[in-house]
Amino acid sequence: MNLTLKIWRQKDAQSKGSMQTYSISGVEGDMSFLEMLDVLNTQLIEKGEEPVVFDHDCREGICGSCSLMINGEPHGPDRLVTTCQLHMRKFNDGDTIVIEPFRAKAFPVIKDLMVDRSAFDRIQHAGGYISVNTSGNTIDANAIPVEKADADASFMAAACIGCGACVAACKNASAMLFTSAKVSQFALLPQGKVEATRRVLNMVEQMDKEGFGNCTNTGACEVECPKGISLENIARMNREYLAASVKG
Amino acid sequence: MGILSSSIARKVAMALSGLFLVVFLTQHCVINLTSVLDPDTFNSWSHFMGTNGLVQFALQPVLIFGVVFHFVMGFALELKNRSARAHKYAMYKGSANASWASRNMIISGIVVLAFLGLHFYDFWVPEIVHKYIETHPEDPTRYYAETVHKFESPIRVGLYVLAFALLAVHLWHGFSSSFQSVGFNNKYSKALKGFTKAFAIVIPLLFAVIALYHHFNQIPH
Repeated sequence: MNLTLKIWRQKDAQSKGSMQTYSISGVEGDMSFLEMLDVLNTQLIEKGEEPVVFDHDCREGICGSCSLMINGEPHGPDRLVTTCQLHMRKFNDGDTIVIEPFRAKAFPVIKDLMVDRSAFDRIQHAGGYISVNTSGNTIDANAIPVEKADADASFMAAACIGCGACVAACKNASAMLFTSAKVSQFALLPQGKVEATRRVLNMVEQMDKEGFGNCTNTGACEVECPKGISLENIARMNREYLAASVKG
Repeated sequence: MGILSSSIARKVAMALSGLFLVVFLTQHCVINLTSVLDPDTFNSWSHFMGTNGLVQFALQPVLIFGVVFHFVMGFALELKNRSARAHKYAMYKGSANASWASRNMIISGIVVLAFLGLHFYDFWVPEIVHKYIETHPEDPTRYYAETVHKFESPIRVGLYVLAFALLAVHLWHGFSSSFQSVGFNNKYSKALKGFTKAFAIVIPLLFAVIALYHHFNQIPH
């Protein structure tokens, strides 16, 4: 498979980047998208050029490291997969593929296709946890009965890997799907209810401080999320937030 | 912005003001329908709406506030949302994951706002002049003929129909979206979504049909 790649190149956070065009040959349909970029980088290194920088880690769709806006969609045209799980068989010989970093004011570009997503970490730090004494007397989680439907919904919310595709897909660069998943996974469980009020208020406040846009319910985040995080979580977060605001 | 300082508070405020305008739109459509079905009822209801103190001096200011709030907040949110992605994508496939209506609420909203300007110029301003500036004696039978004559111009009727089409687009996303914003997402959501989509088509369609009906059924001068 021969492809033309249009890739965003940016020397560092301060530099002004631009789209650069590369030709690549010998791409197999069984390669993942990241393996295709590995091939490109090998070719660039052999020519003495700077390889393209991109985020990656587990390469099996669970770490949330890989990102990339591929032909105008986060993680590319496939559904419920991360970029590392996207196979080149989704493309055709002769295609031109446009590859850009996830764009948001809260996700500044570090270099080329790598962006700083630490804004998500700070939202998590603001309340995405439960305070449990783990010094030897931890209570077995199964000792507290949980409604099956709630346990399932909580687990579905907890499947969020924090990749940022929701922000990248949203026309407003809103982080509400991510934040709502982190709020929901605790809001649905008895262990999470103790700090529920403080959690949602602090996490939403931090989300707003980071400079993400407002949610306008387009649903793009849900469609593009590689883990299928539902918009129900945003509705739940809105309810939690309103209730917490009344309680103070 | 005080109480509206958080993104969720602003979202809920947009939803509630939108729902309030939907209620107003429904009653406006019902009154307009009487102009087609029974001119006497239209005159009677219009007379009541135009002279009742509660409607004129309590509900009307609330309505104007609701409209202004919805638009001002909509523009403010649009500006903030645009600034959240200062660097645009070279390629962005919005149609792959969201409807045109949901992605372009600002466009449909601006068209509806422009229409409201025309509508105020056509109906509200002459009413205020008639009642409070020129202080004509009230004639409970004047409303029907005055309304019908407003629809004489094909250009005005064309503009009205175009605005109603964009109103339908705005409601198509906005009405159902407002329930999600206030946290309503449960087993009844699918049925509610069906109702809101039907509403988004039926109400603007009725407004358009009423305008066209009066255009083609002009009272001889």
